Amino acid sequence: MTIRQLSVFLENKTGRINEVVRTLGANGINMHAFSMAETADFGILRLIVSDVDKAVEVLRAHDFAVMSTDVVCLSCDNVPGSLAVILEYLAEEQIFIEYMYAFAQNDKAHVVIKPNDLKHCLEVLEAHHCSILTQEIL
Amino acid sequence: MIWNPNKECMPREQLRELQGKRLQKLVAYVYHNVPFYRHKMQEMDLMPDDIRSIDDIVKLPFTTKQDLRNNYPYGLMAAPKSEVVRVHASSGTTGNPTIVGYTRKDLAVWSEVMSRCLSAYGVTREDTFSVSYGYGLFTGGLGAHYGVENLGATVIPASTGNTEKHVRLIRDLKITGIACTPSYALYLAETVEKMGVSKDELSLRIGAFGAEPWTEHMRQEIQERLGLKGYNLYGLSEIMGPGVSCECEEQNGSHIHEDHFYPEIIDPNTLEPLPYGQQGELVFTTLTKEGMPLLRYRTKDLTSLMPGVCPCGRTSVRMTPIMGRSDDMLIIRGINVFPSQVESVILGMKEFEPRYMLVVDRINNLDTLQVQVEVRRDYFSDDISAMLNLKKALSDKLKSVLSISADVKLMEPNSIQRSQGKSQRVIDKRTFLVNKE
Repeated sequence: MTIRQLSVFLENKTGRINEVVRTLGANGINMHAFSMAETADFGILRLIVSDVDKAVEVLRAHDFAVMSTDVVCLSCDNVPGSLAVILEYLAEEQIFIEYMYAFAQNDKAHVVIKPNDLKHCLEVLEAHHCSILTQEIL
Repeated sequence: MIWNPNKECMPREQLRELQGKRLQKLVAYVYHNVPFYRHKMQEMDLMPDDIRSIDDIVKLPFTTKQDLRNNYPYGLMAAPKSEVVRVHASSGTTGNPTIVGYTRKDLAVWSEVMSRCLSAYGVTREDTFSVSYGYGLFTGGLGAHYGVENLGATVIPASTGNTEKHVRLIRDLKITGIACTPSYALYLAETVEKMGVSKDELSLRIGAFGAEPWTEHMRQEIQERLGLKGYNLYGLSEIMGPGVSCECEEQNGSHIHEDHFYPEIIDPNTLEPLPYGQQGELVFTTLTKEGMPLLRYRTKDLTSLMPGVCPCGRTSVRMTPIMGRSDDMLIIRGINVFPSQVESVILGMKEFEPRYMLVVDRINNLDTLQVQVEVRRDYFSDDISAMLNLKKALSDKLKSVLSISADVKLMEPNSIQRSQGKSQRVIDKRTFLVNKE
């Protein structure tokens, strides 16, 4: 029920994100979502893509440091307060969120979560009948 | 203990006489057996008879690493191939490796000088001694190995790698001494701590550390963490291998085995000999070698020679710790920094590729040093704090080795040019303005 997120290490250097995006595009890989985390001297680009294995292969061939990480992608109603309810379930169970990013479209919002305890997080979400996206649905 | 008091404590005048005799014999030997030296001497209008005492050594030509490469593989060998019983090769980062051949007598001399070193550290027949230099073409492993055997202690040929197993052997076999690089000693200390072994469970008391430059700071740290006394062991394959010089219990300068290896200090630019006490490039002449004897070999190592009798009783001259290499020293904030020091730290951390670039700059009148390294793919993490910890671990280690802080910059794979030579590992952006009145 988890999805595989791609993480790419980037030096803080103009044009590096373009190269990642261009490489993926040239190989017919679509991006569903991404987020950029940055520190003073390097960044980590996190992406949800249509074909993770192929993306790893083509990015490595272009000398990028790439890894995949399992994350949870859930879907909730695009109305005020809906995410708060879900995050409350996780907090009650002491699940810590290392990072998350989201996008909303029409009546649905999609949230990518990297919890400290993936298995427990999934159990909690399932117990509360939250809608979890799978790689296939994406 | 002094292994060979006759030689190690010989009165200076007597020693100079011995050195003079050996030099005369050596020069005649290479003149007749090595075309390279014969041609050089003929060009300088020099005959073997012109060498009458050790003072005449300054008349002789120098030998460089390039000469060894140009004469690859056996061009500088003086002994017939049938007399050569072993060959070692030093790592060549560029071009040909340098090949050194040893006769049976050369190996005996090597064991002798290595035994002198071990005795100076206090090793006896009762000790169990682990040799953790690499065994193979590199001279470190076998050189130290036969010295331990010759002395009569028990040798454990641990070589490098499989450090956890090594720690167990050190504990279970009650190993009392170890020969390795100082950076390996630090790695060993780390492994001991990681395994939850207390240093009180170990019987280590003597460490012979060499093959790379190290600092007094590293000595203190190794001594503290492993509970032993650490001594410098110096050598280079072109001259013999480990055992050319060693510290004694005073830990104050390394005694050169001058009856076999005659040291000089020269100005690396003018090539003029410098007096005792002045820092310059160390030059060796192998007074007794048969296989591949060398005249005035330029080591590129920067040091100075300390005159005077040591409190230990040895009369042989001592060399101060190697300040670095004449070909790649950087002075940053007044501190001598050598790329080789940075290299040894990076090589000691499995998380990084063995490649780096040093960027030196001067910002607001303060020198800055940036160390660029590539994180190995397997150690790249999606977790930012793990990446920052990795960066901090490297900068802490660099600080302890270099004595100055360096800014570590983590780079993408293959973004650092593969090293083609020393100069390409350093970008020095500083411009020094000279005021002219």
